[in-house]
Amino acid sequence: MKKTVSMTINGAPQSHDVEPRLLLVHYIRELAGLTGTHVGCDTSQCGACTVHVNGVAVKSCTLLAMQCESAQVLTIEGLAKDGKLHPIQDAFWEKHGLQCGFCTPGMIMSAHQMLQRNPRPTEAQIRHDLEGNLCRCTGYHNIVKAIQYAAEQMAGK
Amino acid sequence: MATARLLGASIKRREDPRFITGKGNYTDDLKLAGMTHAVFVRSPHANAKIRKIDTSRAAKAPGVVAIFTGKDMTGVNSLPCGWLLPELKIPPHMPLATDAARYVGDPVAIVIAESQSAASDAAGMVVVDWEVLPSVTSTEKAAAKGSPQIHEVAPSNVAFNWQIGDAAATDAAFKSAAVTVKKRIVNQRLVANPMEPRACVARYDEATGDWTLWVTSQNPHVHRLLMTAFVLGIPEHKVRVIAPDVGGGFGSKIFLYNEETVCTWASRLVKRPIRWTSSRREAFQTDAHGRDHVTEAEVALSREGKFLGLRVKTTANLGAYLSTFAPAVPTYLYATLLNGVYEWGAIHAAVTGVFSNTTPVDAYRGAGRPEACYLLERMVDAAAAALKMDPADIRKKNFIPKFDNGYQTKVALMYDSGNYAAAFDKLLVMLDYKKFRTEQTAARAKGRLLGIGFSTYIEACSIAPSKVVGSLGAQAGLWESGKVQVHPTGKVSVFTGSHSHGQGHETTMAQIVADQLGISMDDIEIVHGDTGRVPFGMGTYGSRSASVGGTAILMSLNKIKEKGKKIAAHLLEANPKDMDYVNGQFVVKGSPQKAVPFGAVALTAYVPHNYPEGVEPGLEETSFYDPANFCFPFGAHACVVEVDADTGHVKILRYLAVDDVGNVINPMIVDGMVHGGIAQGVAQALWEEAVYDSDSGQLVSGSMMDYTLPKADMLPFYETDRTETPTPVNPLGVKGAGETGTIASTPAVVNAVVDALSALGVDHIDTMPLTAERVWKTVQAAKSRK
Repeated sequence: MKKTVSMTINGAPQSHDVEPRLLLVHYIRELAGLTGTHVGCDTSQCGACTVHVNGVAVKSCTLLAMQCESAQVLTIEGLAKDGKLHPIQDAFWEKHGLQCGFCTPGMIMSAHQMLQRNPRPTEAQIRHDLEGNLCRCTGYHNIVKAIQYAAEQMAGK
Repeated sequence: MATARLLGASIKRREDPRFITGKGNYTDDLKLAGMTHAVFVRSPHANAKIRKIDTSRAAKAPGVVAIFTGKDMTGVNSLPCGWLLPELKIPPHMPLATDAARYVGDPVAIVIAESQSAASDAAGMVVVDWEVLPSVTSTEKAAAKGSPQIHEVAPSNVAFNWQIGDAAATDAAFKSAAVTVKKRIVNQRLVANPMEPRACVARYDEATGDWTLWVTSQNPHVHRLLMTAFVLGIPEHKVRVIAPDVGGGFGSKIFLYNEETVCTWASRLVKRPIRWTSSRREAFQTDAHGRDHVTEAEVALSREGKFLGLRVKTTANLGAYLSTFAPAVPTYLYATLLNGVYEWGAIHAAVTGVFSNTTPVDAYRGAGRPEACYLLERMVDAAAAALKMDPADIRKKNFIPKFDNGYQTKVALMYDSGNYAAAFDKLLVMLDYKKFRTEQTAARAKGRLLGIGFSTYIEACSIAPSKVVGSLGAQAGLWESGKVQVHPTGKVSVFTGSHSHGQGHETTMAQIVADQLGISMDDIEIVHGDTGRVPFGMGTYGSRSASVGGTAILMSLNKIKEKGKKIAAHLLEANPKDMDYVNGQFVVKGSPQKAVPFGAVALTAYVPHNYPEGVEPGLEETSFYDPANFCFPFGAHACVVEVDADTGHVKILRYLAVDDVGNVINPMIVDGMVHGGIAQGVAQALWEEAVYDSDSGQLVSGSMMDYTLPKADMLPFYETDRTETPTPVNPLGVKGAGETGTIASTPAVVNAVVDALSALGVDHIDTMPLTAERVWKTVQAAKSRK
């Protein structure tokens, strides 16, 4: 029954035998051992499981691991480079864009895609583009501020 | 060396680096050798007898390790209720239901298997022979004639009848009143929905006979005490409970639940670790719900708008069983707050708690206080409307005047300190209130429905003085512990019984320690959430961590300093009475050159070669702080909305908050909690509701697809400010900031919508949430009346 699925996660090759029904998020969490990607709902609402697959932000609970054969996957653990935080990570810290931290990896991965597509989003655009990510702690105030700050920092470079 | 005052500084959180890099350590992240996975078989019916449970086919399914039902759990007791009221009916609440299931989601069996999917598959093969019975989910119908009886011990499904205040004086006030206003107020049922679902990992060690339970808990020691002493009958000291990083709680992770209890029990039998993680659907069905009141409220007024009397009759839905602190929430945490920030002639409140075929109800962020605040602030606006007074004026007319040390309310509580008019005045300035009213009039002329709503709130936190809550039915003390361990190198470990699940204790508590000791925050660690490391603790809820937990730490720091003075005085050949502690140094008063740094004293305490007589070696102190009173944060919130009469859609144009939480340790963190609290309260006003189908008893809004959690584009930036009125109750002067936003915001929003619709003659909407549909219907009804 099990099939071998191979992919690259954060630059490191992964190959595991999986049940065909295994979701990507469980491949990442249980087999690759990268637990920064979270599961917050069963219905693809919360976005805590957001990762990048071949450069596109996706909810990893909506993909089967088998659909990701040979894919390049980027998770929250792969965002900081050489011990240096990504500007979006730094912005969430600087602007207090997190409290319990559970939605944070998904928020950051979504924000990352958002700023790739639109480097200087308006407040309204940020709020709209966060529609796939739920946070229960911050009331979104400081998450929006963090993304605005990250956009400024990244544009300044 | 830290010399600037750290209290009051917006220091970036020390816990954040692990969260923003994906290195948080949540319960479901844990993977142990030989770990098994659990899935619970749950009732699909709201009320049904269990004729038989057949596990034979499931037991043969691939990967199954064990299956247990309630009948296997011999010698195991009911989950306890930790707050008793006079004549409270306490039905048994077994970890796995054996005779009947009483709500959709009630667990009846656990399936343990080699993998999550194997456990899921096998759970689907467990066959339960149900005798489905009629159910009742409605708060108003639960105690009505003809409703199905849910528990033998509770005739008519009534758990308690309780009252507070002076009924005779209140009746007299109503008789003499020029005007009375009566409204029905429904405070709907909510689901807390922390982003991290509940989870546990239970491990039994055969060699030592010890258990370790990792669990999503706001209070690991309370979890351990309740589970060992009351349910499983295993020695408390043989169980270590660890609540690692916890992804939000909002009250729902206070309580002892079925699942961790069953997993702990089963781990000894299967001799392997067991992990259970709730799905979101299970979270909706089984995490304790919040609110769910139906109330009739009545205000007696003088012609000039003075508040003469308040009469409240509330029915509170408790769900199918009594959750851990359920009886306290609609009684002592609710009706004692009905005095609000106003002077009253008399108050009387009667509360009936009822059982229903729904998920148990317990504390959800604010817990009773949001219900009181909502009722009161809605009634204040209704009173103003009846008298054709401005809602700002009626508030000012009735505020309790400024006081610094004690105000006795009509409903038992003694407020600590308050300056209610000051917070409201500040809000009115931020708002430019007069200008808004001018704009509102102009907009109305053009057919636009603008509205403003106020909420001048108070809440009781810093929970709680043990003697007081003990006399009211609490089965626990509500003090907190704080241990400070100074290492020989001068580094400091602090062990607190508070638990951080988003509040940032690792930062704020380190600020207290660094401020007091004058050492760097880098030299301080805050340890929490582990019964194996922290002496004891009551945990985090009721906005108590800084005020109660922080004060316990402060007391230990004072003891450390006192002992340090003796050691330093000996080294300097001075009198301990002449010693002072300034900027990390023990100094002789008046001779600043005669000083010993903190680190040298620490080393001396552990290498006591040159040491004062009669002083013990070592530098470590533990304190237990029991507050003398609650603390009472207060403030004023305002919401400005525009209602689209054609669609019923409510748009929030501005949200403003002036909060007074006493002294503030970290303004950035306090603001963050206020933001999140406002969002939850706004969401109650406009979107959130746990809906049960009245026929089947099914939870209709049982997923994030069906239950409207607010998204970023539904909410504005919040305009926040503060006044600071230190509490005299604790030496830090801090009141508590975790719940203010949730408590205050709901009525501000609803009052704003009603104000907008007042142009159409609307003076009240009795049921939340104010969804577009409900508002549209209200508009249509109002127009047809005209």
